[in-house]
Amino acid sequence: MKPAPFEYHRPDTVDEALALLAEYGGDARALAGGQSLVPAMNFRLARPRVLVDLNRLDSLSYVRAEAEGLHLGAMTRQRAVERSEVVRRDAPLVAEAIPFVAHPQIRSRGTVGGSVAHADPAAELPAVLLALGARFQARSRATHRWIAAGEFFTGLFATALAPDELLTDLVIPPRRPRTGWAFAEVSRRHGDYALAGAAAEVTLDQRGDVAGARIALLSVGDGPVLAREGGATLTGSAPSPEAIGAAAHAAATRDIDPPSDIHASAAYRRHLARVLVRRVLTAACQRARGSSRSDPA
Amino acid sequence: MTAPRYIGARVPRNEDARLLTGRALFVDDVEPPGTLHVAFYRSDQAHARLRNVDPSAARRRPGVVAVYTAWDLGEYWRPGPLLVPPPPIPGLVFHQATQVPLARDKVRHVGEPIAMVVAESRYLAEDALDDIRVELDPLPAVVDLEAALRPGAPLVHDQLGTNLAAHVVQRKGDYQRARRKAAVVIRRRLFYDRGAAAAIENRAVVASWDPRAEELTVWDTTQAPIPIRNGLARLLGLLESQVRVVAPFVGGGFGPKIMMVYPEEVLVPWAAIRLGRPVKWAEDRRENFYATTQERGQIHDAEIALTRDGRILGVRDVFLHDTGAYDPYGLTVPINTQCTLLGPYDIPHYYSEFRAVFTNKTIVTPVRGAGRQHGVFVIERLLDAAARELGLDPAEIRRRNFLPRKAFPHNHQIIFQDSAPLVYDSGDYLPALERAQALIGYEQFRRTEQPALRAAGRHVGIGIVTYVEGTGIGPYEGARVTVEPSGRVRVATGVGTQGQGHLTALAQIVAEVLDVPVERVHVITGDTREFHWGTGTFASRGAVVAGSACYAAAARVREKILGVAGRVLGADPKKIELRHGTARVRGEANPAIPIGQLALQANPLRGAVRPGSEPGLEATAYFGPDKGSTANGVHAMIVEVDPETAQVEIRRYVVVHDCGRLINPLIVEGQIQGGVAHGIGNAFYERLIYDDNGQLLNASLMDYLLPTALDVPRVEMDHRETPSPFNPAGIKGVGEAGAIPAAAVFAQAVEDALADIGLEITEIPLSPNRLFELIEDARRGRAAGPIAAPAGGRALVVEGRFEFAGPREAVWDLLLDPAVLRQAMPGAELLERAGADGYRGVLKVGIGPITASQFALTVSIVDPDPPRGYALRVDARGPLGFVAGVARVTLTPGASGGTDLSYRAELEVGGTIAAVGQRLLESASRVMTGRGLAALNRELAARLGGSGR
Amino acid sequence: MTQRLGVTLTVNGVPHRRTVEPRLLLSDFLRQELGLTGTHVGCEHGVCGACTVLLDGEPVRSCLLFAVQADGHEVTTVEGLAPSPEALTPLQAAFREAHGLQCGFCTPGILMTLVAFLREHRTPDEREIRTALSGHLCRCTGYQGIVDAVKLAAARGAAP
Repeated sequence: MKPAPFEYHRPDTVDEALALLAEYGGDARALAGGQSLVPAMNFRLARPRVLVDLNRLDSLSYVRAEAEGLHLGAMTRQRAVERSEVVRRDAPLVAEAIPFVAHPQIRSRGTVGGSVAHADPAAELPAVLLALGARFQARSRATHRWIAAGEFFTGLFATALAPDELLTDLVIPPRRPRTGWAFAEVSRRHGDYALAGAAAEVTLDQRGDVAGARIALLSVGDGPVLAREGGATLTGSAPSPEAIGAAAHAAATRDIDPPSDIHASAAYRRHLARVLVRRVLTAACQRARGSSRSDPA
Repeated sequence: MTAPRYIGARVPRNEDARLLTGRALFVDDVEPPGTLHVAFYRSDQAHARLRNVDPSAARRRPGVVAVYTAWDLGEYWRPGPLLVPPPPIPGLVFHQATQVPLARDKVRHVGEPIAMVVAESRYLAEDALDDIRVELDPLPAVVDLEAALRPGAPLVHDQLGTNLAAHVVQRKGDYQRARRKAAVVIRRRLFYDRGAAAAIENRAVVASWDPRAEELTVWDTTQAPIPIRNGLARLLGLLESQVRVVAPFVGGGFGPKIMMVYPEEVLVPWAAIRLGRPVKWAEDRRENFYATTQERGQIHDAEIALTRDGRILGVRDVFLHDTGAYDPYGLTVPINTQCTLLGPYDIPHYYSEFRAVFTNKTIVTPVRGAGRQHGVFVIERLLDAAARELGLDPAEIRRRNFLPRKAFPHNHQIIFQDSAPLVYDSGDYLPALERAQALIGYEQFRRTEQPALRAAGRHVGIGIVTYVEGTGIGPYEGARVTVEPSGRVRVATGVGTQGQGHLTALAQIVAEVLDVPVERVHVITGDTREFHWGTGTFASRGAVVAGSACYAAAARVREKILGVAGRVLGADPKKIELRHGTARVRGEANPAIPIGQLALQANPLRGAVRPGSEPGLEATAYFGPDKGSTANGVHAMIVEVDPETAQVEIRRYVVVHDCGRLINPLIVEGQIQGGVAHGIGNAFYERLIYDDNGQLLNASLMDYLLPTALDVPRVEMDHRETPSPFNPAGIKGVGEAGAIPAAAVFAQAVEDALADIGLEITEIPLSPNRLFELIEDARRGRAAGPIAAPAGGRALVVEGRFEFAGPREAVWDLLLDPAVLRQAMPGAELLERAGADGYRGVLKVGIGPITASQFALTVSIVDPDPPRGYALRVDARGPLGFVAGVARVTLTPGASGGTDLSYRAELEVGGTIAAVGQRLLESASRVMTGRGLAALNRELAARLGGSGR
Repeated sequence: MTQRLGVTLTVNGVPHRRTVEPRLLLSDFLRQELGLTGTHVGCEHGVCGACTVLLDGEPVRSCLLFAVQADGHEVTTVEGLAPSPEALTPLQAAFREAHGLQCGFCTPGILMTLVAFLREHRTPDEREIRTALSGHLCRCTGYQGIVDAVKLAAARGAAP
């Protein structure tokens, strides 16, 4: 289990990195935290011809609260996000989910941008960022653009990034008043790829009815899945157990077509999705109600 | 002797400081200058005829020193020895087929080595594996135990004419007669599937040949260095003294590291001699999942006959045992199952019959527990079912059936794995059960806690099971105890150590006998130069057998010390006492001589060693028990199940056990806690999943789930000590005990927690997924009737429907066009006609982290039935593995003038993608199929558009 | 032509310079190039945790890093904890006392994780300890001795 040979580049600036990606195109792979790529290389499943190591791009490592939202640099280590007071304050859903990302030794290296760009269907961060309606900045030598999470994840390990583009910045929009959140997953062991997981953000209106619900699921599709039917079912109604149950049912039956694997059948995954959506919606609605008390009306 | 000072004390271990500072030597740490590194080309198919191996390109690769195939081995190629001949049981049938160093005619399991690359580094050796061309003709794989014995089944070993490896019947009394008197007869079909030993250290072998000394040194992660030394000497035509085998610190054994002789153990020393350079092979984790032996698939049809008041009249058990592709370890595992089933119970009539079956899977040899857990699982499940049927409490039915204290020694009248009759030396079962009940608060839980929690909607359950474990079997071990002039005591023994604390436990025994501080006793294990008689560490025997040998050798040294001290002090040796490394005439005021000084005097440079005496203070002794000693215990557990998610949380785990006299409670508790962790793994986390083609679908620690610190509870323990009368220190073995009853207690507790749903657990390992299915079935009232074999992995099935916007004939034409077929297979390039109905080409596929990699593709159309459909035989092979199988395509006229295409492909997936890619396989195949069909539809639209529609 | 790159790094306070292929894993670099065989390799896919070392004080899997990535960084391995087997650190001593190791193969990686963990958690509870350990696989101990050792070390207020 030793990696095959590759050509290694270690740019010091984002511009250098983009130049390398432009030069090598599809032959090159960006190496962020490497916590998914290097195991695949050790198994020789991944044999990139060229590696562009992003770990010297210190300018892409930051957590910054700004007016349009919370910015996370793509090379910010997951461990830094986990430790960040700012993240806990401005993006508590991220803070709640991040301990589920593998283990501390993996999070010391793993990066936020790496996880998003890798787009593993079982990864926590893509689903959470999808639920939060985050946007991602993609840069190439020639251009830069912002891509909404909803458009970013395009399939199995597939994203809207072009081969010469680099994910550089992520922004999570500010939380609206009367908004609650929750994350839950079922995995075989702590830190494993989840059998199913759910992230939700729910906003209540002045009367306490659901003004909007964004639910994202992981491990039940080709990538993170935004449960539109589930969210729509809940929106407009009072957050009662019945309404939440109906939303969970809608999400589990209409939003997903989960695959089977050796750990969980499609039926079990669908069942878990329903249970988890119910649980995260219940918790999110409770938190939303709690926050409405403290928020100025 | 006075009250024990060291035996029974919680002595911290002598070996720890080296291990904790990273200074302990493990085999992979050995790297003499100039060392070459080995990688093996291993079969990616379970069963195939080996047509040709072409290593020439690999040999030309820079950095490669040699590539060997079976044909390069010449006379050296031969099947391995039969390690444990079957015991003398009347009517026993045994068919021997042992493993070969490199496959020559056939491959019989995934991972069987075909070629050996020796290169300047492991990196280069792995690079060269891609250059080796191997032609395999696939054969149908033997996977299912029952199918394997049916007439006409494919044969793992053609020369045997059957897949039957062994047939054994053992009986006691007359079960059928007992059954006729029974008030209740309960019958169950019970399954126990395979798990891995999964020591965190993989295996490794380093060999170095010194041509001037004509000596071969082999560092080996073996549990049995002496037999390996003897075997290698024989194979290589060397004197035993020319071969030194060292098993230094070994990172966990658990059974498979005793398998003798693994192909790699035979090949690495041979290559080192041939090449004149040190050679190292360090198994990687993926190899470990194929190349290191495993346990233990069994299917039991078991029956118990009882009286109305729950007393056992008899048990009948007929089972199949999966021995894997070869059977070098004989019948140890299934005979353990057969014998351990009897447990602590008085079972007057017993009929046990098993068939061991060859399959195209990795070899089965003992793994911690070695078949005993199956026996415990079967009898305990039967008792649980009986208790339910009779309205008895599970603890009560066990209590009613214990062998009484006066029954010992108890002869069960059947033969154990060591060829001796199964005799329990001693035991006292009822107090252990009562103690476990008290510790876990059994009555309290049943009476108040459980009803209260249930009323609150919680699903909590309790389990309690008992077991007896045969340990400490022969043939023998030896030890040499030497007092050095420094006063330190050196102990050498043949058993290796894999974490059991032998360097401390054996030191305690010697320290006790000689009364020297335990840290002054230096134990050397696992180096044939230090001690070269013995067998190895297995069957929970290290402390029992080597410990007894140490005890005997130390006792002789003690006599010698007393003799020399008597001479030096001018006193009767009987009046000499040993205290803290010194000798003196009894009495506080008398001068004390350090024993080191006596050692010097016993080895004089001048003068004479008296006739009949020996120089030095040294003695060697051996211990060979004619029967093993029998440990026993009780495990109890409280679990909570979340029936919505099928997650299980273990809330309490209690063990009361009796392994005779305790040498070191610290070590014993560690062994039990670790064993329980292994048992919990077997019960709920760990399962080697083979598909119908014999492919292992979870050959990584991502997918083969070892329990973590969050999954294993603190085990609350109590010891009882019923000394064994079969050895001088009264010791019984403990190494496997924790693992043996864990599955049985888990099943009982989970069942109890879900009593309102009413399901029965008849298989191990469970998983949340399986538990979910059982819960769903029970809720739908489907639990009745026999449960089929638990679903194994299956070949990849890709199926679906697609609607084309065009007539059936047009679709049919489309499907015959190679250019179009190419589009239907994303990544297919250069598809060209080969033969009448065949195409050949190259497939280049990659998904996510998997780099696009080339596969040689052949496609042929079989059974064309225009325009209704055809079958496509597809075969794609490359460095990442292969995908092969048949896709059936059916065309039917659609509703609105279109055509419905339905497809179902059953594909065998092998190699790396099968071993570590399971999580993504179905998603990936769906994505690719979807893309392909969409492309076909576009092509169809274009064509129909072009034809004027 | 195989690419080779210079690596300059500090391991256990000692500077080293080597020239290596970029694909060389940090675990192999430590073991083979520097002879620091206390770092063990158990799975090479980042699950077992045996190869855990500290990179600039943070625990990382050395099997999931290329040696060239450690260029300019500071690595601590198990050999860097105690000056000799006779002078164990309080954490190591607690492991011995509480029987936190059996075969000892997974131990070095676990120690490295715990050194970082105890820095951030002076008085951890059992759940926190178990969560911290969950990124390590131990087949021998069933983890109890390890948990007890961490508690013991923490109770003594011992800086690891």
